[in-house]
Amino acid sequence: MKYLANTATLRISPEKCVGCGMCAEVCPHAVFSFEGGKAAISGLDACMECGACVNNCPAGALSVNRGVGCAAAIINGMLTGGEPSCDCSPKGGKGSCC
Amino acid sequence: MPEIKLVLKKDENAASGRTCCAPAALPAGPWVAGSVNTPCGQAPGISTELTRRDRWDNFKCRVSSFRNDYAVPPGLYAVGAPDRESEVFVSANYKFSFDTLRRQLKGLNAWVLVLDTKGINVWCAAGKGTFGTNELIRRISSVNLAAVAGHGKIVLPQLGAPGVSAHEVSKATGFRVIYGPVRAKDIPEFIKAGYKATREMRTVKFTFWDRLVLSPMEIIPAMKKYYPLYALFALAVFGLQPSGILFRSAFTGALPFLLLGLASVFSGAFLTPVLLPYVPFRSFAVKGWIMGAAALLFSMESSTWFKLVRTNVELLALCLLFFPMASSYIALQFTGSTTFTGMSGVKKELKTAIPIYMASAVISLLLLAAYKLTEWRLI
Repeated sequence: MKYLANTATLRISPEKCVGCGMCAEVCPHAVFSFEGGKAAISGLDACMECGACVNNCPAGALSVNRGVGCAAAIINGMLTGGEPSCDCSPKGGKGSCC
Repeated sequence: MPEIKLVLKKDENAASGRTCCAPAALPAGPWVAGSVNTPCGQAPGISTELTRRDRWDNFKCRVSSFRNDYAVPPGLYAVGAPDRESEVFVSANYKFSFDTLRRQLKGLNAWVLVLDTKGINVWCAAGKGTFGTNELIRRISSVNLAAVAGHGKIVLPQLGAPGVSAHEVSKATGFRVIYGPVRAKDIPEFIKAGYKATREMRTVKFTFWDRLVLSPMEIIPAMKKYYPLYALFALAVFGLQPSGILFRSAFTGALPFLLLGLASVFSGAFLTPVLLPYVPFRSFAVKGWIMGAAALLFSMESSTWFKLVRTNVELLALCLLFFPMASSYIALQFTGSTTFTGMSGVKKELKTAIPIYMASAVISLLLLAAYKLTEWRLI
């Protein structure tokens, strides 16, 4: 299953990549492949912008505009003027619907 | 006797200003099985069997807000009789997550380190950062994990990775983070393979079954949040006559709308999610619209109750405009439950969809007003 094409904001700086393979290890959608000992983004449309790769890249070679892919959270963010948030339980932030 | 010891331990800790590792009191529940001594006090033992009560509670999480207050105390737990060489598995303190992990640890001697994720599951908590680098570092130090497990490794669920920076944890604590498989059920295989996950174990899926168990939490909120207001509005509009509010015309007039409203909830909150990969187009708004249109046409053909809405021009136009659109909006909410939609994509959909929804709502109201004016013979 793939979502909208060419919308994911994941980017790689190949010159910074040290080829450790952590991005491929943590990616839940097998977005990365390895060419010549360096990571490459081979499945951009499968990226859900979770940020796991960015967080676990020791070389700082990756970037993404991470966030929740949830319409309710984004609409909430638009209405309150804040960041998209999945705190949609009535108990004021204690729960989460996602 | 163990309880008294625990109280003493707590007081010692309070006096020395040290936070204790184990939960403040041994938690009660059928999943607690004794306790194990650690260099930092007693760790509750946990059973690897789920009782009928555990299963029932987990079921309630699938269908109600029971999930919002379903947590275990964070801290260190023991499976079997672990020692310094035993593996450490890290989990969230949402009881459903904790249960999913512990039932896969049958026959092992292991430690389970539960982070305080405010009762939220691993993946969502990682997204928010509560299953995160800082909490993990704090928890490793508060349970004195270096003294508990001498091997310097911790196993994290892979879906914790959006919140955790493995190299930072390692720098701060000396513990090496090993990411386990996505699904807890692969843990036995993962251990057998020497703590190596296959590509298959590393990939998130979204099966028919996954989508089916998620659908109640789409249907129930839609029925609670939107449907009563919608029904009340429909009854009021159709009941309103020049001579006052008539219950008879409220009911007979509103009935087709109440039923078509149900069909929209069904198509947006159940059919679209469950049949997701088979509905054409990638946009959830479009998928929901298609299923909503199909459900509308099927319903209208199915009974003579819909004769009026089929023959009256304003009502027919209203139905064709409004119900597929309502289904589309409801289907869009499912993006929050999927395993593959990203924020940029959802924002892009909303940018187009919201103005269309608003325009449709306004035109629907105008059509309804035109119908009422004709009915009252005012135009």
